[in-house]
Formats: sequence, C-alpha cells, structure tokens
Amino acid sequence: MEQNDIIICRCEDITLGEIREQIALGKHTLEEIKRACRAGMGPCQGRTCAPLIANEIAKATGKPISEIPLAKFRPSTLPIKMASLLGGEKND
Amino acid sequence: MIKSADVVVIGGGVVGCSTAYNLAKLGAGKVVVLEKNYLASGSTGRCGAGMRMQWGTETNCLLSRESVKMLSHLPELLNVDVDIEFTQNGYLMPAYSEKMAEQFKQNLVLQKSLAIPAKWVTPEESLEIVPFLNTKGMLGATYCAEDGHCNPFKVTEAYAQAAKKLQVEIYTNTQVLGIETENGKIVSVHTNQGDIQTDTVVNAAGGYAKEVGRMVGVELPIYPERHEILVTEPVEPTMGPMVMSFYHNLYCQQSPHGSFIMGIGHPNEPEGYDINSSWQFLRDMVERVVEILPPLAGLNIVRQWAGLYDMCPDRTPILGNSPQLQRFYTAAGFSGHGFMISPITGQLMAEMIVGKPTAFPIQMFDAGRFERGELFVEPSVV
Repeated sequence: MEQNDIIICRCEDITLGEIREQIALGKHTLEEIKRACRAGMGPCQGRTCAPLIANEIAKATGKPISEIPLAKFRPSTLPIKMASLLGGEKND
Repeated sequence: MIKSADVVVIGGGVVGCSTAYNLAKLGAGKVVVLEKNYLASGSTGRCGAGMRMQWGTETNCLLSRESVKMLSHLPELLNVDVDIEFTQNGYLMPAYSEKMAEQFKQNLVLQKSLAIPAKWVTPEESLEIVPFLNTKGMLGATYCAEDGHCNPFKVTEAYAQAAKKLQVEIYTNTQVLGIETENGKIVSVHTNQGDIQTDTVVNAAGGYAKEVGRMVGVELPIYPERHEILVTEPVEPTMGPMVMSFYHNLYCQQSPHGSFIMGIGHPNEPEGYDINSSWQFLRDMVERVVEILPPLAGLNIVRQWAGLYDMCPDRTPILGNSPQLQRFYTAAGFSGHGFMISPITGQLMAEMIVGKPTAFPIQMFDAGRFERGELFVEPSVV
C-alpha cells in the first residue's frame, strides 16, 4: 500500500497524501489544515487524527512536536442528538 | 518582512484577500495583506456559508447579484485550481405575518426590477421545495432558486492564491499594532513583525474594524456582535435550499458535505469580542429549528462555534474613504453578509482606490453617511 493512501482522519476519509499536500501549500497548523480539508471536523473532532497530523507538521517544518499547537476544542465533547435537548424547560 | 508597499490591506478574510487581488490586477503596485492569525480565521471562516440575492435594498441586491455571477465561475475567473463548492439550491424565506409578507412582496418587486429570479410561493408550493417543512402559520414564502452556498475557506484560498500570483505578499500571524500619520497622511503601518511604509491602508478587519479606525483617530460606527452556529453529522442530501425565517430568527442549510449548518440571531446579544460557544444557544437553536423542520430532531449535533458579525447601524457595509484622513479606506460593517458579496466588494474597493470609475456607484457608502443621516437600512437580516 502506498503510504500516501493511508487514512489519517477516519471520520472524513482524509489520507496522509492529502495532509501532506496541505502542508506543502504552507498550512502549518492544525487549525488551517482542518479548515482546508475537513480533517478533524467529523464526529470524533480530531481525537484520532490531530496527533498524527501534528506529527506530520513537525516532520515537515523541523519543529519539535511540542511547538505544534493543538486545534481549539469545540463543544460538544460527543455528538448529541437534537431531540435530547428538547423539552428541558418542562422537565427541569 | 517587506519595508514598504503601495497599499497595505489589514485583514486576511475574504474581503481583504478579494480587495488585494483586485488591487494587484488593476496595477495598484505593491500590495500587502496583514493577517493577525491565519487566512479566514475571523468572521469569514465562521460564517453560515450561504449566498443569497433576496435583499431589501437595491445595493445589497446588486452587490449579491454580481457576486453570485462571479462565484459561479470563480476558479476560472481567478485562474486557480480551487473547488469553492458553488451550489445553487436556493433560499426559501417563509413569512408568518401580513406585515412580513408585505415587506417580502415589496422586496420581490425590487428584486424583479434587478433581474433577480425570486418569486412568491404558497405554503403548498413550499412543500414541493422542502417536503418536511412545517407550514403551520405560514402565509407563504419567497424563493430564489439561484441562491445557494459556497465554502468560505475555499473562496478565501482562491483569492489568496490568485493574489500571490500577482505578487501580493500575504503575512499571516502578523498583527497591526498601530498606524502612523503625519499632516493628515498615512506614513507607515506598525506590526509585531516590523514596520511597513505606505500612504494607503484598507481596513478590512471585520469585527475589529473599529479598533483599526481608532489607530488613526477615525471613529467608525461598526461594532462586533457574537453570533453562534452549530453543525450536524452529515446525511444524504435531503434539503435543497437554505431555510431562513425572520420570524424564528434562524437560518438552516444542508451543505454539499451533507451536514446541516444552522444559526440564530439573539436580540439581546451584547456588543463585544466574546466568541465563546454557549449551551443556551444549543437549546434555543434546537427548539426553534425543530419547530420549522421537525425531522432534524433525529440528527446528531457534532460541533458548535461562534464568530463576530461586524455590525453597522443600518446593516449596510461602509465602503470608502475616510473624510478625516486621506487614503484610509474601510471595507467593513457587513452585518453578517460580507462573505456572499466579497467578490464584487473587492473589485469596487480596488477600483475606488486606484481612481477608476467603479462598476456601481458606491461613494454614498462612505462612513460620512451617518453624519449626513443618509442611511440604507437593510430590513432582511438574521
């Protein structure tokens, strides 16, 4: 298997090749890569792919991985069904 | 970092990038874009990603009509290989009161006169467009099939790539700290990465436009206001148009990716730079959207975020020179619809700055209109 075909973001089906393409375009942060190709925008919100992408950025830029900032964590922590947020007022 | 430039654009959102590209195209000389974070990190990348031509003022109709024309073939226009996800699945805007229906019908007359293909649809006809729409209380709706969606990150990227090809220099992670003036003229822009000599500045700082104005003693009536959004898991294409209800004060659209993106306006949202997400938004949003689009109750919410509207008192942007200071131009105050009119806005700003006749008259949108009392109140904003 071609290394570039490895799926890095499982939620959004983003391959290592696509991540490397974005890095080559000058996107050297998780925030920028996320917005450019959706890696980390799926239901797990980057739990799996963020460290892998950070590693790729570190390799490409020569920076230590500790200097690659994480992307902002956005709520919710886990997906929530809309229906479960309904009727709260009455049942509180 | 470059030491001098003919024009410095402050703000790497879609408006700043579009303006910079058009300036370079019109031969404005060396153009520099300064962005505090990364491209589209502010209002552009946080917006609802819709584009519509159904507006209540002639200006907004014209600006959006021309922008949709440009967006329809933007990659070719800019000669870049970026898919901007241009989709025309329409906007459906239901009316719930006689007053609202009357306003919409007035808007339709205006839109028709400007060749915008919007029309009135009955509740029954609305169901043909969105079969699961709850039409209870609806008197009808306006619908424009050529409204739709574009990806804000990609549109910004397309303009940035095209600008770079024309030797525009884009500095990200570069924050403007001050602007130096001498005898009523701009001399230089001071950033955390160094100083750039220039006599021309474009303030495209979105929610921060007021702060940039204050750097040169210009008080702009633009203020930041938080607006929240959420996005669901992706599902099969089930809803074509953006559904936008001024009664519920909400908008909701299924993106080409399959997820539903939705937001509400909050009448008591205070002015400020807060862009944190709130749990109250989740509850308000879900209650309202499920009322009008009931099956959405079964979807999972994946993420929520917030961004700033750069609000203007009349909900129409300020596009123009400042009466107090030569060659200080503002392109901000878009009040929640800057992204969708950014293609033509960038062109008009560039034409004005290089001293060419503008494609549309825009001199009346200068900041001086508030002192003159010549406002352009846009009635149709969430």
